[in-house]
Amino acid sequence: MSSYHLDHLQYLETEAIHVMREVAAEFERPALLFSGGKDSICLLRLAEKAFRPSDLPMPFLNVETGHEFPELLEFRDRRAKELGAKLIVRTVDEAFAKGIAHPTPGQVSRNQLQIPVLLAAIEEFQFDCAIGGARRDEEKARAKERFFSFRDSFGQWDPKNQRPEIWNLYNAKVNPGENMRVFPLSNWTEMDVWEYIKKEKLEVPNLYFSHERECFRRGGQWLPVPPPHTDATKPDPYAGARPKPNEPIKKMIVRVRTIADMISTGMIESKTDTIDDIIAEVAAARVTERGTRADDKASEAAMEDRKKAGYF
Amino acid sequence: MPHTQHPIELLRFNTCGSVDDGKSTLIGRLLYDSKNLMEDQIEALERSADITGGGQINLANLTDGLRAEREQGITIDVAYRYFATPKRKFIVADTPGHVQYTRNMVTGASTANLSIVLVDARQGVIEQTRRHSFIAALLGIPHLVIAVNKMDLVEWKEERFQEIRDEIEDFLPKLGAFRDVKFIPMSALNGDNVVELSKACKWYGGPTLLDHLETVHIASDRNLNAFRFPVQWVNRPNNPTDQTLHDFRGLSGQIASGIVRKGQEVVVLPAGIKTKVTDIWTYDGSVAEAFCPQSVTVCLQHDIDISRGDMIVGLENLPGRSSELSAQVCWMHSRPLQAGKKYFLKHGTQTVQAIVSKLESRINMTTLDSDPEPAALAINDIGRIRIKTAKPLIFDGYSTNHLTGAFILIEQGTNATVAAGMLSAPTEAVKPEYSDFAI
Repeated sequence: MSSYHLDHLQYLETEAIHVMREVAAEFERPALLFSGGKDSICLLRLAEKAFRPSDLPMPFLNVETGHEFPELLEFRDRRAKELGAKLIVRTVDEAFAKGIAHPTPGQVSRNQLQIPVLLAAIEEFQFDCAIGGARRDEEKARAKERFFSFRDSFGQWDPKNQRPEIWNLYNAKVNPGENMRVFPLSNWTEMDVWEYIKKEKLEVPNLYFSHERECFRRGGQWLPVPPPHTDATKPDPYAGARPKPNEPIKKMIVRVRTIADMISTGMIESKTDTIDDIIAEVAAARVTERGTRADDKASEAAMEDRKKAGYF
Repeated sequence: MPHTQHPIELLRFNTCGSVDDGKSTLIGRLLYDSKNLMEDQIEALERSADITGGGQINLANLTDGLRAEREQGITIDVAYRYFATPKRKFIVADTPGHVQYTRNMVTGASTANLSIVLVDARQGVIEQTRRHSFIAALLGIPHLVIAVNKMDLVEWKEERFQEIRDEIEDFLPKLGAFRDVKFIPMSALNGDNVVELSKACKWYGGPTLLDHLETVHIASDRNLNAFRFPVQWVNRPNNPTDQTLHDFRGLSGQIASGIVRKGQEVVVLPAGIKTKVTDIWTYDGSVAEAFCPQSVTVCLQHDIDISRGDMIVGLENLPGRSSELSAQVCWMHSRPLQAGKKYFLKHGTQTVQAIVSKLESRINMTTLDSDPEPAALAINDIGRIRIKTAKPLIFDGYSTNHLTGAFILIEQGTNATVAAGMLSAPTEAVKPEYSDFAI
């Protein structure tokens, strides 16, 4: 290749940096959704590339379900500190206390409940834009998503009425109360993310590498055994997510391919100790990344319905 | 997905055609035959085949991601797909054929290196074929593939293929300059000439579609001629921890065309001030030169008042500067364009107010001729208009520079994106009165 040539990762990078700078220039109060997962890890590096040597011109925002892997939260907090960024955390439990959200009877997963918490946080801080790490290759409804995805004052996505996105000219105009979700990694694939992590030597949480863990089989997946319930004064937040007597616990060497919380994340049996191992495994994978997410298995339109309601 | 070694090129293409030409089936076939589908995707296909397809796998279900699309069997919106072979990575924009969704084709095509226009061998060339080829040409897509699909339904007759080819070659010269045009006979449903060469078609000696996508020469598509750098964001650290950065003042942006080198003389427009590039800063360190489409941060010798929307350019091949503009637009909104209305115009990194002063002509999509002075431009119409902007634009003609020659119109109040516009070449270049900067 000639010297005036970008390979595909460099192309994706320059596109994403351009998108991030558009956000900083066009919005008054943007936020960056940082969970500690692999996609948002890439977002952080892209933010550094877009804005250094200045401070990152936006705080990080994360919505906790309360069922997180503890090692992920530790990683999230540490990275935010290392980058000198302000980290805002809002939780489903707080939202219960404030009456913003209500537990769904019979439903253990709090994935859906992140929606009202996210919308409340956007309102609380008057964010007019939230950058997220979603990728179009993850899921069919996401394949239709724009880089700049407009949300009305109810936070809703209207897939049939999206703003056309032409060239690199992003229409960032919103009226008060409305907001934008922006996805700089729109054109990245799972493989691109790992190749970028390797190229940039980015640290990822140990969960992505093989480790020993107690799991049990449910719904065709290996789910992690939740931490023990210690505080007897409160109801068990994991009630329903614990293995039943007919679901034997097995100690296994596993890792995660994609991280949601402990309830929605299927563990995969794997022996991968390095990023190179992960790349080789992704290359050989026979199911998609979202195939290990219990939250997407609900129906063929599960993601579409959540996005319409304000999920990112 | 096959693992790839660096460096590897990225090809972006879009597919277009009329309803039922088999666009989604073609993409499904490309993914399926190039082993880019995963087990759970195939499983989901089989599940929906049992429910709606009478047991037949419907490859179109792979891209039609929204519920209404699956129910109505149409593609509503641009769907993006990603796949890779050991030779290249691909981004596919599956753009709909429904007349009312042509705006989405413009969206998908605007970033493409290559367009695939599908023709149903039984139907031959129809209005949509002309419209899609025309839009591909209008948007300056360098490479065109005419996929003559459903050849199995015309018994793979070479005469039929040739007939269609002749008819398209008749009108293509009217459309402008594609760098190359390839005609491929195929059956997406059966997989003939998509990834595997057809056994049913003996007379075709060309490549399969995938062969062509993997080898078409795209390295010279990028614009490395005149340096254009729209300033996107002023990078001035408030409290740098590193004291050497106390006076750092950088201009961040993506190079729209050309090459810039450290030490090079440049002009800042519209101010017209000549200065020198002292540093090209990136997170990974300073670089001696940078080129389109890299995102960098440029430092200049003089402390000039520069903000978002300004443009830094090389001394050669200066752009135009005007507030009276002529442009082709594709209208994208159900409220028609009428002369005298005020819009926001976003061009590069700046947004200005603009009035559409005149509707000069409208393209007749059947004949591809221009009808003069239309009363309005309706959704999916393409026409030539004159615009007056509140502030002069620094610009190039779209045909020489896609990024400094393109704009969108935004409706005031609703903020809807209502048009994609392509500027005509400036009548004269900007003439800055160089007063060499003196402090």
